[in-house]
Amino acid sequence: MRNLKLVAVASAAAATLAACATTGKPAAPAVRINADPYPSTYQPYAGAPTLIRNVTIFDGEGGQINGGSVLLADGKVQAVGTDVQAPAGAIVIDGAGKYVTPGIIDVHSHLGDYPSPAVQAHQDGNEATGPARPEVWAEHSVWPQDPGFSRALTNGGVTALQILPGSANLFGGRSVTLKNVPARTVQGMKFPGAPYGLKMACGENPKRVYGSRNTMPSTRMGNIAVTRQTWLQAQAYKRKWDAYQKKGGDMPSRDLAMETLSGVLAGDILVHNHCYRADEMAIMIDLSKEMGYKIGTFHHAVESYKIADLLAREGICSAMWADWYGFKMESYDAIRENIPFVHNAGACAIVHSDDPNGIQRLNQEAAKALTAGRRTGVEISEATAWTWLSANPAKALGIFDKTGSLRPGKMADVVLWNGNPFSNYSRPERVWIDGAEMYNAASPNKRPVSDFELGQVGEGDVK
Amino acid sequence: MRRVATAALLVGCSLLLAAPATAQTIAITGGNVAIGDGSEPIRGGTVLIREGRVVAAGAQVSVPAEATVIDATGRWVTPGMVAGFSRLGLADVDAVEGSNDISANGPFSAALDIAPALNPNAQPVAINRADGVTRAIVAPAVGRSIFAGQGALIDTGADLEPVTRARLFQYVELGEEGASEAGGSRASAHVLLRNALREASELSRFASPIRGGGARQRPGVPENPTDPKLLTSDAQRSDDVLLTRFDAAALVPVLRGQQILMVHANRSTDLLQVIGLRREFPNLKLVIVGADEGWMIADRLAASGIPVIASALTNLPGSFESLAATQSNIGRMRQSGVKVAIGTVDDDDPRMAFRVRWYAGNLVGLSKIPGAAGLSWGEALRMVTSAPADAVGLGAEVGSLQPGRRGDVVIWSGDPLDNGSIPEVVLIDGVRQPLENRQTKLRDRYRDLQRRELPEAYRR
Repeated sequence: MRNLKLVAVASAAAATLAACATTGKPAAPAVRINADPYPSTYQPYAGAPTLIRNVTIFDGEGGQINGGSVLLADGKVQAVGTDVQAPAGAIVIDGAGKYVTPGIIDVHSHLGDYPSPAVQAHQDGNEATGPARPEVWAEHSVWPQDPGFSRALTNGGVTALQILPGSANLFGGRSVTLKNVPARTVQGMKFPGAPYGLKMACGENPKRVYGSRNTMPSTRMGNIAVTRQTWLQAQAYKRKWDAYQKKGGDMPSRDLAMETLSGVLAGDILVHNHCYRADEMAIMIDLSKEMGYKIGTFHHAVESYKIADLLAREGICSAMWADWYGFKMESYDAIRENIPFVHNAGACAIVHSDDPNGIQRLNQEAAKALTAGRRTGVEISEATAWTWLSANPAKALGIFDKTGSLRPGKMADVVLWNGNPFSNYSRPERVWIDGAEMYNAASPNKRPVSDFELGQVGEGDVK
Repeated sequence: MRRVATAALLVGCSLLLAAPATAQTIAITGGNVAIGDGSEPIRGGTVLIREGRVVAAGAQVSVPAEATVIDATGRWVTPGMVAGFSRLGLADVDAVEGSNDISANGPFSAALDIAPALNPNAQPVAINRADGVTRAIVAPAVGRSIFAGQGALIDTGADLEPVTRARLFQYVELGEEGASEAGGSRASAHVLLRNALREASELSRFASPIRGGGARQRPGVPENPTDPKLLTSDAQRSDDVLLTRFDAAALVPVLRGQQILMVHANRSTDLLQVIGLRREFPNLKLVIVGADEGWMIADRLAASGIPVIASALTNLPGSFESLAATQSNIGRMRQSGVKVAIGTVDDDDPRMAFRVRWYAGNLVGLSKIPGAAGLSWGEALRMVTSAPADAVGLGAEVGSLQPGRRGDVVIWSGDPLDNGSIPEVVLIDGVRQPLENRQTKLRDRYRDLQRRELPEAYRR
C-alpha cells in the first residue's frame, strides 16, 4: 500500500472542491484517497547488541554456516559469517550445539480472527453474508489478546504472520500482516510497510455455504461465474477511477469492495487464493489472466504436485501442509511429497499452518516434508528447506526486502533453537523481533501472557 | 488379520477374537529394539515372533533355525503405535456424510456399537498402517445424548476384519459437550448419567443372571455376556424411564464393571466429579479421556488409579474447560503417578493418529525447557504403545514387545519419535502388511510430469 501514490485527504472536503466538468471551467484536480487509513503504529522494542557465536546457521536463503556467528544490533542483522566480532558491550551468546535461523513466517493464520477460546463471540473470520466480500478487512476482526500469538512465538519461533479472512466467500476480504509482538491494538502489531493481501477461495467452501442457502454459487461453475462477474465490476470501477485520477472532475462514488479489487488490478494488493485441486488452480490461473491480475500464492494447495510445472512457469507460490488429508473431498488427493515435489519442480514452496496448533510446529512440518521427499529420492538440504519457512513466505507477503533471511540490514527477526530445528526434540530458546528479545526460555519475564490469561489458572505457565 | 470363526468367550469379559494360527516364525535381528514398556532401546536386539505373537525381544534372544530372518541392522524396532484415542475406521472422508459413521442422531445412544460401522478399507486405515499405527482405540462421538455408544480396539491390517475387541467401552461426555447434549448444563448431564445408571440397575435386577460361555441359546437370539440387551426382553421396567430398553440394557455391563466407562472431560472440577462417581457406583471401571486440566489435580487422579488418555500438545485455552491447558500436562501427571497415555483427543481423530509418535517426541523435547515437564524417550514411546493398551485393560494383549503380546512390530528407518524416520516394515499379528495406499500411488503417478505417450490416468 505504501507504493500507492494516493495520500490522505478527507473525502467530504473533496466533494465540495470538485468542479462541474460541464461548465467549461477546468476540472478540479482529483482528490487523493487515503490508502492507509489504519496505519501501523508498531514500534520495535529496544534490543541490546547481541552476538550469537559458535552456532549452526541456516541463513534463510539456502545457505548453511557451521560454527558461525550472527550479530544483531540496532534492530537489524548486522553481520553473519564465521568471523564476526562482538562490538564492545555486546551480549555474547555461545550457541554450541544450537542453531540460528530467521524467524518463521506463517503466510496463513487465523490467529485473532478465529482466536482461543473458540467461542461463538470470537468467530470473526468469515463474513459469510455474501460470496463476494472484498470490502471486509481481517484487521478489523483481529483480537490482539488471542493467547495463540504467544504459543506461535515461544514454541513456533514465528516472528511474522499473515491473518486472513476465512474461505466461506469467493472474495473473503483483505488480509493483514503482523509482527508477532503483543500490542494493545491491531495497529500496534501491523507489519510496517507490508502490502495488503486479498483472500480468495475456490472449491467446496463457497459453493457449500451459499448453495445450502439456495443462492449462487452452488456449484464450481457458479463459483467461477460469480468471481468473473465481480472482476468485471472491478475493471469498470478502476477505469472510472483511473480516468478521474488523471482528469479530475466529479469524484466517482467510493466502493470499499471495488477499491480492494482495484488495488489488486493495480498490483498493489497481493492475491492469496485458497484452492485445493489442481484443475481448479489451472482455471484460476486462466481467470487471473482474463481479468488482468496476478495470483501470488495458492493456499492449501494439496494438489500442487499435479501441476508443479505449471506453477513454476507462472511463478505462483504454493502454501501447503506436510500431511493433512482427507478431511473433505477436495483434500482427498493430498500426498506427503507435495512440498518437496513442488520445490523440486522449481516452483515456490511454503509451509503454512491455518491452525493455532500447527503454527507452533511449522519447522517440524518442513522436516516431515523433507523426510517424505528423501524416501522418494528428492534430496533437499535442510538449509534449502528453511526457505519454505521464512524467505518464500516473506516473498509471498511482499516483505522479503525487510525480513525473511539473515541478510545484513534486514530486520533482526531471529530464532536461536536449542538443537536442530528439523528435529522434534528442538525448541526455540530465544526469539528476537527487530532485535528485541521477545522470548527467552530461561526467563519467565520473557514469556508473553495475554490479557485473557491473566488471573486464570495457569497464568504464565510454560505452555 | 484373518480371524478364526469361533470367538473365545470369557465370562464377564468382552468378545476376544483370536488371531490367526500362523505357524511362521519371524526373527527381526540387529535393530535398535525398544520394548514399549518405558525402557530405553536395546542396541543389536532381536525380536522373535511365532504364531503371530512375540516370543522374546531383547539382547540375548537366540534365533531358531526355522525362523524367517529380517535384518534390521541400523534400523529401529518397536511395537506398532497404539492410537490411544481415535475415530479411525469410522470415516473415509470426514465431510462426506455417507462415508462418516462417527456419530448418529437416531433414537439410540448407549446401545450403539461401532463394530458394524468400521470400514477397514477407508483410506485413513491404510495411511495410518503405512505410518506405523497397528492398533487403535476407536470411540464413537455423541449425537443426541451424553452417551455415544460402545467403542472397540481395532487393528489396521489390510483385511476385512478390523475388530480386536468389540464393545470394549461405553463412551460418555461429561464436560462442555456433555452439558450441551444434556440440554445446557453440567448439572443436567450428571442427572442424566445417574438416571441412566438407575434404569440400567433396574433392568439388571429384573434380568436373568448373566450367563457365561455355553449358555443356552434361544433360537435366533445371539447371546453375549457383555450385551444383555437381547437377554432381557422379558425384564420388567417401571414407567418412569427416559432411555430405550436397548440403551438401558447396554449400560448394565458398565454398572457391573464388566465394561469400561470412558468419560470425556477436561475441566479440573469435571475430573473431580468423575473421580467421585465411584463413591456412588463402586463397580464402575473408569477411563478418562481429555483431562486438559488433569495436571491441576494430578494427585487426586493418581490416588484414584483411573487411567487417563490425553492429547499431548494441547496448550491453548480453546474453551473454558481447558483454560489451564499446557504441554506439560502429561509430564506432570506422569510425575504424580497418574496412569497416563497419549491419544488424539479432538485432534483430527478419524485420520491423524499417526502423529502420536511425533507428539511423543515433542514431549521428549519439552523436557529441555525450564519449568516444563516432559518425558524420557522410553516413557514417551510407552505413552503411544503399551500405555494406551494398559488404559483399556489390554496391555497383556497388545502394545509392547514383551512375550505373549500380539506380533505388532514396526521396523523404522530411524528414531520413530523424530521426524526423519519412516516405517519400512509393518507386522500385525505377525503378518507383514502392505504399505501402499492412494497417497503412495498418486505420488508415483505424478512423480514425473513429463508428457508421455498416454495420459497420467494410464500410469499405475
